[in-house]
Amino acid sequence: MSGLLEQMTEKALARNIPLSVQLDLTYRCNERCVHCYLDHEDHGEMTTAEIKHLLDEMADAGVFILTLSGGEIFLRKDFFEILEHARLERQFCVKLKTNAIMIREREAAKIRDIGVESIQISMYSHRPEVHDAITLVPGSLRRSLDAARFLKSQGLRVIFANVLMVQNQRDYQGVRALAEELGVESTLDPTITPMMDGDRSVLSLGVDQESLRQVFRDRALVGDVDEFCTIAAPADENALSALPCSAGHTACYVSPYGEVFPCVQFPLPTGNVRNERFLDIWRHSARMKEVRSIRLKDLTTCTSCSHVGSCTRCPGLAFMEGNIRGPSSQDCEKSFARTGIPSANMLAKKRGPANLIQIHIAPANSATQPSGAIA
Amino acid sequence: MSSLYVARNPRVAARSLDGEMMIMSGRDSTLFTLNKTATILWQAADGATPLEHIVQQKICREFEVEPGEALRDAETLARDLASHGILQISEDPIVPGDSK
Repeated sequence: MSGLLEQMTEKALARNIPLSVQLDLTYRCNERCVHCYLDHEDHGEMTTAEIKHLLDEMADAGVFILTLSGGEIFLRKDFFEILEHARLERQFCVKLKTNAIMIREREAAKIRDIGVESIQISMYSHRPEVHDAITLVPGSLRRSLDAARFLKSQGLRVIFANVLMVQNQRDYQGVRALAEELGVESTLDPTITPMMDGDRSVLSLGVDQESLRQVFRDRALVGDVDEFCTIAAPADENALSALPCSAGHTACYVSPYGEVFPCVQFPLPTGNVRNERFLDIWRHSARMKEVRSIRLKDLTTCTSCSHVGSCTRCPGLAFMEGNIRGPSSQDCEKSFARTGIPSANMLAKKRGPANLIQIHIAPANSATQPSGAIA
Repeated sequence: MSSLYVARNPRVAARSLDGEMMIMSGRDSTLFTLNKTATILWQAADGATPLEHIVQQKICREFEVEPGEALRDAETLARDLASHGILQISEDPIVPGDSK
């Protein structure tokens, strides 16, 4: 984060201003990515008028960075009307997330005219047989790459967003090389998000420890490997008083149905803009306040973990695991892959099943013993 | 009378954060914050009001400065903001949507 943006974020935090919002315009999509967590049926998306009204409310609330995402944003016939309202009427700094397969020269020129900060394009491989097998749309890699070229030729900032999973774990360097060739940026994220309905089977697509370990030792990705993989110093009182992340503090997420959540990856409903003003939900929702109240020192398990000061723990993933103050196992795996030191959560899990087995095999007359006792 | 006109560049992103104006350049995504004078100038830059009127009506009233000196400073500031793509300046009124 730049120094100035960091200063503005601190100011927003002190004044309880939602500086950054992701608004999903639709969950409908023209790809069917194997790792996607969304239900693509339309259950009553906000109308154009509702979205424009919401944008007005968000601008008045101080929202500056607006990420428009989905689903596939270009499936909304009113997409450019919404984008024009956001940019030209309310001066948001707009970022777009898209698979880009509907972007041709005309759309790219129109985006340039309206002006956006960046366009993030999902890019899973440099090989069609891998990328298209993930999106389940033949020809999708070619179309996304064509779009990237159209956008780039308009002078726009393009970012390839790659999700690391079993299917494409050998291809991330190829995506990066492709990005360099096209003069665009690229990101790599090993996080797989559980389905919105709580189904966690999609997590099986995540890469194993060995692959994660290799990725974290790729100098081109992490820079100074020794520094990146070092074990952090024990967290002091200041570190333990830190915020877990920006979710609910300076950022939040709004679904196509008007529901407000702390983050796109934190499905704790806090209100609906169809029933309440956006700012009232942000300021007064009891759930938003609860999220806001949590500090690192309040976390169960994690507080005693050697990684607490350097972990990328996602509160939303922890919530989806069942405890808003608990660990996020995917982030435990990352800390372990990075340093070779298991997290407190991983150690506890190893102990857990052993204890259960001991209870299971204990004779009936031992039922009064403490659960952790060895029979 | 100065014939300089100023207009907000429609390609930038802007938001007032507790009275301080945040501006992100549409040219290279550089983030700026404007001081109080620049914020007044930004908010009044409608492309139709001459800079001299803005200085007389907004800046001199706020800061109690001598009009001639304030106008010279405002012109310097406007040209500086224009060099960063934040404002558009012209010797003629600027038509909305005429993005440069």
